[in-house]
Amino acid sequence: MISHDEAARAAQESYGKLIAILAKGGVAIQDAEDALSEAFVAALRSWPSEGVPHSPEGWLITAARRKLIDGERSRSARQKHLADIVSVAFSARATDGIADERLGLMFACAHPAIDPGVRSPLMLQTVLGLDAGSIASAFLVSPAAMTQRLVRAKASLRDRGVLIEIPDHTQLAPRLDDVLSAIYAAFNAGWDATLVPSSSAHTLTSDALLLGDITRRLLADEPEALGLAALMRYCAARARARVDEHGRYVPLDRQDVGRWSRSMLAEAETLLREASRMGISGRFQLEAAIQSAHVHRLMHAHDNWAVILDMYEALVSISPTMGAMLGRAAALAEVAGAERALAFIDQLPQARAADHQPFWALRAELCARSGQLEAARNAYRRAIGLSDAQAIRAYLLEKLDALAMA
Amino acid sequence: MKFALIIYETPSQLAKRSSPDAPAYWAAWSAYNEAMKSAGIAAGGAGLQPPSTATTVRVTGDARHVQDGPYADTKEQLGGFFIVDVPDHDVANQWAARAPVHGGVVEVRPLMTM
Repeated sequence: MISHDEAARAAQESYGKLIAILAKGGVAIQDAEDALSEAFVAALRSWPSEGVPHSPEGWLITAARRKLIDGERSRSARQKHLADIVSVAFSARATDGIADERLGLMFACAHPAIDPGVRSPLMLQTVLGLDAGSIASAFLVSPAAMTQRLVRAKASLRDRGVLIEIPDHTQLAPRLDDVLSAIYAAFNAGWDATLVPSSSAHTLTSDALLLGDITRRLLADEPEALGLAALMRYCAARARARVDEHGRYVPLDRQDVGRWSRSMLAEAETLLREASRMGISGRFQLEAAIQSAHVHRLMHAHDNWAVILDMYEALVSISPTMGAMLGRAAALAEVAGAERALAFIDQLPQARAADHQPFWALRAELCARSGQLEAARNAYRRAIGLSDAQAIRAYLLEKLDALAMA
Repeated sequence: MKFALIIYETPSQLAKRSSPDAPAYWAAWSAYNEAMKSAGIAAGGAGLQPPSTATTVRVTGDARHVQDGPYADTKEQLGGFFIVDVPDHDVANQWAARAPVHGGVVEVRPLMTM
């Protein structure tokens, strides 16, 4: 007997493999999905009485291909509780060794023709079989709008004749960056929701970890794929330590390192080491290395902020995201003082800062540390108003209260 | 595009308005309101007095019927609304997610254009 979680994971692993194999021959993703969901329905009907076939995946592919050929596709069965169906179908046994074409499917999902905002949802749906409704909630989009965007994206791939394949050598680096960015976007959407225990998005971080693992297993000689897998593990290892037993938010520097997952951290270290042996740096490896330095700093009470600042400088030079700039500012504050850091973040584009919660939370802290109490209070209020997690809102309200009394 | 963010609050949230938790309750809402103004998207709205202050007026043909209390007989009650001017419905949803409703609900509706 395998556990429910193992069955669900096996089903998730299997789903994308089957879609990728069916779509590889030039079949539209949408048609592959329809045919596969009908094959699952047929499996649920026949397996309980006739027994689970020796190769469940082979059986499903044959059944799905027959549906495709027969043109019996009905759109009604599509995506209906697909995850449940798959999970039941595979609770009997783990996946067997069929060809793994999922990487090609991921490259199709992150194709330049697809709007960057739809790439992660498309991957979650086609590679992992997530239903549009839960994807929509995780990304704060209406389910109807999300369904429409996914359908449109798949139609666009079909119309352009995008194949399920790995780009050639000349295209690989930029296309891989798109794939990794889409996976990381899914991770972040899940990460924001991990502070809300009942949120439907709470498994999105593990879904992204799985997508990252598929990618780095199938592209073992790409250091950035390893870098992303390491980065997500460093973060996920700390997930349990972000809230205390009363549900209160705990910032990184106050976390109980005993609540970090040692096994995940060890995996992250191994992945990062493997990546760095390949001698080509990149954005995700740098971000992972920064997380590794934080872990080292907090586990061994070792002040390595200067090293962290250097790595942030390198990161900002190749990937000047808001997150990277704020990370640089936080490191700068430790090395050169809060005033210097404040001068730096106040040069960042105001339009990007206007609704960026982490900007105001950091500004509040930097102002407080440099004695500008009124400015600090204003920035705390702004950060509170932009928070979408109760634990963080409550944490910042306490900080504001403490300042009001100062 | 203008949207109404319609705030439905739970009884326990509404009760905070007249409890020792009132300062934290109002601090969260005023921070939310201020963040909208500072981001340049605030386009109106109002907070409402508690549901117990409401009257419900129903006119059917010639018959008039006035009742004490709010219209909707649900656990969550209308607490107020904001009007925001944002690029699209996705952004309106993002602002809705920031409302400090604690178990309450925010309904996001596009305004009719007149």
